[in-house]
Amino acid sequence: MDEKKVQQRRSELEALSDQQLNEKFWELAERIVDPLINLAHTHTSPSIERSVLLRMGFNSLQAKVLVDKIFERGLLGKGAGHIVWRISKETSLPVVKAGLELIEGRHWDEVDRVFKGVH
Amino acid sequence: MALHPDQKLDVSKILEKLEEYRPRRKGWTWRVPLPPGSKVGDYSYREISQPLQNSVPLPPAKYFNHIDPQPQEVITAEIASGRFEDDIRRMRMAAWHGADHIMVIRTLGQSHFDGLIEGSPEGVGGIPITRKEIRATRKALDLVEDEVGRPINFHSYVSGIAGPEVAVLFAEEGVNGAHQDPQYNVLYRGINPIRSFVDAAVAKHLMASVNMLQIDGAHNANASSRVAWKVMPELLVQHAINCVYSTKAGLPKELIALSTVPPMTAPAPEFRLNFVYALTVRELFQGFRFRAQMNTRYIESDLLDATRIHVLDTLLSRLTSADIQSTITPDEGRNVPWHVNSIRGVETAKHTLLALDGMKEFVEPNEKALRGAVRDMKIRAILYMQDILDNGGYFEAVHQGFFVDSGFFPERVGDGIARDKDGELGAGTVVPRESDYMAPVCHHFGENHLPDGLEKPCDLIGGCTLDHPEKIQYLDELDETDNVEVRMQPHREKMASGLFRPEVEWQNDGFIQLDMTIPDNPDVAEAAALEIASRMGLEEPTVISKTVLHPAEGTYVEVKARVPFFIRRDELKIPEKPDVLDEASVRQFVGNRPIKVVAGTLGNDEHSVGMREILDIKHGGIEKFGMKYVYLGTSVPVEKMIDAAIETGADAILSSMIITHNEVHLKGMRQLDQLCREKGIRDKVLLICGGTQINNDMATENGMDAGFGRGTHGIDVASFIVKALQQRQRNS
Repeated sequence: MDEKKVQQRRSELEALSDQQLNEKFWELAERIVDPLINLAHTHTSPSIERSVLLRMGFNSLQAKVLVDKIFERGLLGKGAGHIVWRISKETSLPVVKAGLELIEGRHWDEVDRVFKGVH
Repeated sequence: MALHPDQKLDVSKILEKLEEYRPRRKGWTWRVPLPPGSKVGDYSYREISQPLQNSVPLPPAKYFNHIDPQPQEVITAEIASGRFEDDIRRMRMAAWHGADHIMVIRTLGQSHFDGLIEGSPEGVGGIPITRKEIRATRKALDLVEDEVGRPINFHSYVSGIAGPEVAVLFAEEGVNGAHQDPQYNVLYRGINPIRSFVDAAVAKHLMASVNMLQIDGAHNANASSRVAWKVMPELLVQHAINCVYSTKAGLPKELIALSTVPPMTAPAPEFRLNFVYALTVRELFQGFRFRAQMNTRYIESDLLDATRIHVLDTLLSRLTSADIQSTITPDEGRNVPWHVNSIRGVETAKHTLLALDGMKEFVEPNEKALRGAVRDMKIRAILYMQDILDNGGYFEAVHQGFFVDSGFFPERVGDGIARDKDGELGAGTVVPRESDYMAPVCHHFGENHLPDGLEKPCDLIGGCTLDHPEKIQYLDELDETDNVEVRMQPHREKMASGLFRPEVEWQNDGFIQLDMTIPDNPDVAEAAALEIASRMGLEEPTVISKTVLHPAEGTYVEVKARVPFFIRRDELKIPEKPDVLDEASVRQFVGNRPIKVVAGTLGNDEHSVGMREILDIKHGGIEKFGMKYVYLGTSVPVEKMIDAAIETGADAILSSMIITHNEVHLKGMRQLDQLCREKGIRDKVLLICGGTQINNDMATENGMDAGFGRGTHGIDVASFIVKALQQRQRNS
């Protein structure tokens, strides 16, 4: 920030009451954070999807393999838990069993059929 | 399973049936404050909380009827030696001294591990946070909290590239608090900024679901910046970013704690700077919690200096506020995070908080003198945020190296940490959630396109692990060579044979510390200290601290080294505790047969405190049991002592001897004995001496009937006199 701008902003801020300074502080913090939290709302990551699978009853080793496979197929944006749940429905298997069969390499044609058509 | 104060905690029992263990509660627990004016012993306090059932009080407590009041602030002990099975025992020690927040550092490199670690491998600089290790630790802490009578908060880190998974693990296993701050990942762990923030929202939301307390990571800027105190405006900005981000992710303010450190220390005039900063941060962040951390930035290898810094840091907490007073082993500079140093850290916090109880009733900030400086600090932080926004927002600012710059903003030096928004570890792994993105689990942050008509998202799968812990798959061990059983086996065998070595952090590690003053310069002193340790037969001697007393006259050196042998417990000669008569028997005897003594400090000794304690009724001295005494004062010559005994017909002469230079105390004893013999009264009068350096063997070898050392009470002396007289009656 150049010196002139600093001086100008400083004098504006010095005119504010303590209360107004505090409000200004939080208003700016919110403006910085808003785009960040929006990004989180609309995006996911391998760790997030593994956290979903853990909550569904997979162990960490299983969750890792499943998410890696889903990521490689470009389907992470569907939700790893979504894919496993959907396959358990399609195959009438319990959720964890369906996941284990996916780890063994089964049902991926089904995954492609169901999820690659939808966007 | 319950703990008994006189029995060691059996780690093997903790490890049994771990697969069945469930945490007894989730979420953070604060101490329960007592109303202002509550009394403990004779004293009225303003800022204390409910007492403990079992504890070790501060050393001076023996002068205050052994009271152990507990401050209102939660006190943290950071414990992580790399072996959780040994940390558990230290946690018990810390809890007895007043810690109720146990913070476990993670092993080096865990933040770059893309997933969870399982089993119980050994860590470096911390422990690998695995389900097994935290489950065992939480289970042990349940027992410890029952033993001390206060809930203990267990804490670790939800950071790194696997944050959301760690958050699930912690939520499932009853971890009560955690560090979580995406800025920490970005700046200090080199993890992709986008990944860090996206993951953080999910992790924070999960933490909120179980009332886990969050601590942020802003204080690391202080520890990392080249000129630590100049980052103060940035610290306010970092706190704000994480606070706003956390509330937007679902954490309520009362579960968000700011990690704040007084940024400066002496020889700089620290108070004026630290106080302004502490007031500013508390004024801006009202409603949030404060975790006051001790400063580690300036700590060298001198434990006393670390303690001085920590006392002043805690003074600042008292003068402003703190919800949690963190402690750190005061030995950062020499990397010896030992049992005893964890305990010393906790004692420093407890001592300072109690000492300054109610301080603010008498002392308040001078608002007029401070206001300008507080406003200046706020304005600098606001200018900082305006600059971030001018430059395109957070990611751009990080990219340009805004953070951890050692200029006092708006000054910039250009030595900040720059991170590429599209680079670093985990770059390119964040993907948009598609229009049909779905996660069939509870407490999931962000867009989630669930089918209509569900009461709970996890109804789709018949419940998730957060409500149905039986769905958690417990993995025991993945590595046959690196696990707790392998580490413990040799110690089990030793223990079964009654063998042990000293330890500083791990069972039987064998390390001890020696200290010595070498009358030479530091280089010579270091070489000499190592030579001395080697000649003593110690292994791996290392100098851990040196203090120059004078460049040529002397250097104080502390050495750590390993003891190469084991001690057999049942072969130790432990002196039997003297059999002391009960008070009623002593009183009864004295009632029938009056006892009179003469007393004083002998020779050129002016130290009369101990003597008075043995005599005076108000200290529980011999007077309490009906004995009469003639106190001759201090520096009483041998002749005068004996003449007084003859004159008054005393049954005993009590001499106090504190000074031991040139064995003056032993000479005094022999003179007393000799002169009594010459005057023909030796068989009529008991000669008893006492003092901090005296023991019974030494006294009896030098002509006394008895000698009493440190920790002696009136009853011990009274009991001895009565027994001796009873013996005399029996003989005659």
